[in-house]
Amino acid sequence: MNDIPLAGTAPKAELKWVGTRGPRPDGLDKVTGRARYGADFRLPGMLVGRVLRSPHAHARIRGIDISKAAALPGVKAIVTRDDFRDMPSEFVPAGEMMVNYRDIVRNVMAREKALYEGHPVAAVAATSASIAREALSLIKVDYEVLPHVIDAAEAMRADAPLLDETMITAGVDPAPTKPSNVAKRMEFSTGDLKAGFAQADFVIERSFATKPVHQGYLEPHACLASVNEAGQAELWCTTQGHFVVRTHCAKLLDMEMSQIRVIATEIGGGFGGKTVVYLEPLALALSSKSKRPVKMVMTREEVFLSTGPTSGAHMKVKIGVRKDGKITAAEAELIYEAGAFQGSPVGPGCMCAFAPYEIENARVIGYDVISNRPKVAAYRAPGAPISEYAVECVIDELAQKLGLDPVEFRLKNGAKAGTRALYGPKFGPIGLVATLEAAKNHPHYSAPLGPNQGRGVASGFWFNIGGESCASLHINEDGSVTLMIGTPDIGGSRASMALMAAETLGIDVAHVRTLIADTDSIGYTFLTGGSRATFATGMATVDAAKAAIRQLCARAAKIWEISEDAVVWEDGHAKPAGQNAATFPPMSLAELAGKAGKTGGPISGHAEINAQGAGPSFGTHIVDVEVDKETGRVDIKRYTVIQDAGKAVHPGYVEGQFQGGAAQGVGWALNEEYVYGADGKLQNAGFLDYRMPVTSDLPMIDTVIVEIPNPAHPFGVRGVGETPIVPPMAAIANAISRAIGTRLCELPMSPPKVLKAMQAHKANGG
Amino acid sequence: MSKRHVSAVVNGDPVEFLCTPEQTLLDVLRDDLDLTGSKECCSSGDCGACSVILDGRLVCSCLVLSAEAEGKRIETIEGMAKGEELHPLQRRFLEHAALQCGICTPGILIAAKALLEREPDPSETEVRFWLAGNLCRCTGYDKIVRAVLDTAAEMRRS
Amino acid sequence: MARVVLGPNLRRFTDGVDELEIDAATIQQLLAKLGALYPKLGPHLERGLAVAINGTIYQGTVLAPIPPDAEVFLLPPIEGG
Repeated sequence: MNDIPLAGTAPKAELKWVGTRGPRPDGLDKVTGRARYGADFRLPGMLVGRVLRSPHAHARIRGIDISKAAALPGVKAIVTRDDFRDMPSEFVPAGEMMVNYRDIVRNVMAREKALYEGHPVAAVAATSASIAREALSLIKVDYEVLPHVIDAAEAMRADAPLLDETMITAGVDPAPTKPSNVAKRMEFSTGDLKAGFAQADFVIERSFATKPVHQGYLEPHACLASVNEAGQAELWCTTQGHFVVRTHCAKLLDMEMSQIRVIATEIGGGFGGKTVVYLEPLALALSSKSKRPVKMVMTREEVFLSTGPTSGAHMKVKIGVRKDGKITAAEAELIYEAGAFQGSPVGPGCMCAFAPYEIENARVIGYDVISNRPKVAAYRAPGAPISEYAVECVIDELAQKLGLDPVEFRLKNGAKAGTRALYGPKFGPIGLVATLEAAKNHPHYSAPLGPNQGRGVASGFWFNIGGESCASLHINEDGSVTLMIGTPDIGGSRASMALMAAETLGIDVAHVRTLIADTDSIGYTFLTGGSRATFATGMATVDAAKAAIRQLCARAAKIWEISEDAVVWEDGHAKPAGQNAATFPPMSLAELAGKAGKTGGPISGHAEINAQGAGPSFGTHIVDVEVDKETGRVDIKRYTVIQDAGKAVHPGYVEGQFQGGAAQGVGWALNEEYVYGADGKLQNAGFLDYRMPVTSDLPMIDTVIVEIPNPAHPFGVRGVGETPIVPPMAAIANAISRAIGTRLCELPMSPPKVLKAMQAHKANGG
Repeated sequence: MSKRHVSAVVNGDPVEFLCTPEQTLLDVLRDDLDLTGSKECCSSGDCGACSVILDGRLVCSCLVLSAEAEGKRIETIEGMAKGEELHPLQRRFLEHAALQCGICTPGILIAAKALLEREPDPSETEVRFWLAGNLCRCTGYDKIVRAVLDTAAEMRRS
Repeated sequence: MARVVLGPNLRRFTDGVDELEIDAATIQQLLAKLGALYPKLGPHLERGLAVAINGTIYQGTVLAPIPPDAEVFLLPPIEGG
């Protein structure tokens, strides 16, 4: 097929739509309350589903008696572990991921043991919420309460209670003979560590700890399932990936994928937390048993107790540097909590730890540790914010030790095109240096500071991913365009897709409407995550538009009775080219659409791709804090996010990603944490006590979009959604240390901890 | 459990409903009156996603018992636009890209409307403290605060 | 011949070898040859890997071409949030 020259894809071409800030297709429905989220759907005859959850952090389940609950009038179905087939412990492909269904089936419904407070033990469907609640109270679970362990460092001790008596640490030679809570050890290394440290004039080694933090999406998990007598299912749910939901539900419930249609509702935030299944298999199972639609919605408490936060961690970081400011060696040990089942993001944590720097000699060792907490789920650049927080704090301390400006120190050692990352490959074109230069030249960086204030900077890296995406683009009879994609829209991606389609087609974006198709209406599309939607689905969208253009050109060729090769597409019109140039007046997309029926039938373009070549995104944040000497309270006075977007398709929503990531980072740095009692129970499962930043906690968040194009994408797009949460914790820690003259190495830096650090510093003559 | 009969005015229209004593106003709005624009995200008054105006006062409808609505006037997000014409706040939120996932948007718009009715010329600090009861996890609030300040300026001009 | 680097996590299955030269035109051919050379490595190759070819990371695909003299790294798969 001939490649049609397209205005939008030529290098440095003028872009008409990509890079503009138009309205989003779903905006109107979201400001009028019309948009329908997970809990906004209902069906005739619908039942209410609720979950009975373990009150214990760790307990053997000796028996479950549902007889009294089942006899309660209005109860239509109950499911327990007996309703789910056990699965072998093996990693198998699930769409694009490798997952262990032995663990997933146990997380969805406890089997031998309840492994955390809030672990589902049974689920009920009843005609009303009050009957469902009463039914839960009538289910008798015979628990043998076991000793529990919450913290990873304690879980690694030889005498720690074992969650899984069969768990042998992987990645260790020879394999341990005894089980432990350590699921896996991993290592990444390059160069000669010993020689590297020998060259150093200064070496700083510090230990850090972080607490689990929740994504904090405002919309609780919710779904509505309807299964008929033939086993055909419809499922409405709030998810980052409805195809992934289908994959998991089909596997857990022994259903064929073709029997499950999953409709992604509008999603009220995800940040990685809605990439897994919790309620969906239970609702399908309850509906299958009752033959009635079943709706399930979590309470906020359930969201905190039972869904995945990201890992808490214990880390050691050691970096050596020469007097001239060149880093000679770096070493880190990372212990990440996985929650009740293996699979913390310690792998990417290891790979990202030193990624912003050119370091010849480095080693990172990671441990994936299970404990009696909810299984972690992805949270924005999973793993990276934790390890990079620790590294960026040590980098800052080294800069202080050397008497160097922290941005200059980073520039001296920063990764650029051709730098070999610790995990192996060399970077292509990347934007770290550009973000550091922008930071240096930003008025924020040289603005004066007030008393008790400090300024911190930190950089961050995230890979971004590509993967499978489909797009289906229909040219309607009137020349308007319907674009169907399979990645749920979390932050405005429908607008970005419409802009890319309009740019490629050469038509006004107002004529393009983007819809999220259900699993039956478009080909397999991996989830919205890994900052991949605008990159991968964007590529599919451009390909689909090109496919439609090829047909439009072919129709014009037929009308003009010239060869297809002699038609080009320019600015939304088919034009005769070559020797036929100017022989016929150009035909617009709308004209060709109007003649589609007579010239061969409807015109659509579609693309099914596995996008490769995702471009890493680097960012640098600057933050000013003021520390209250009386209380230890930290006030964010000024904040600037600088990040390489590759190309900002809709700058408004790119800025929004930058600002939102920074705000989540402020919460992670200053307030948010899971607080457990000695009984292993979560003590702050609500928004009052799990303190996310509110409007009055934050200043305006300034943004600078750097654009170093990703050569693999037609418009140069890198992902932007995840990197913004990587630098804030270290930037804020560095700012606090410069304000109070001493360092905190533990998150969150809540007022009591800051006050204690200041008092200790004072006692030591600081 | 016997149900109680309640008459109220919602977005200018008279409504009647039967409610149980434990049902919240949010339950009735969403489940009985099909007004799902008010969102339930915490059920404890911490997030503001269910904000409505009850007889001129901004409240979390998850903290109001439905029986308390007797004889009251309730304004929800569904009544904010007047026919085809969006409220200036709704328009400015779209122009400023002041929403991402949008789940907090109805509550924030209602809260901001209540603010501007009370204080047509709020400072940034006043906006931030007034909206401190409305959580947003996506935006970092920057564009929301700008949209509210911009709307206030526009409404003062007209 | 491509220069293939396995890294410390995989060299446990290759009797300590973590770098070798392999003649392969695609990821598929590379993985097949590696699996044949080191049978213990096979299951770990099937568990899903990312493959960096001259700096570009490929994931979930076996057809990406490997240019002659390419530098190839086998990496753990990368997921996102």
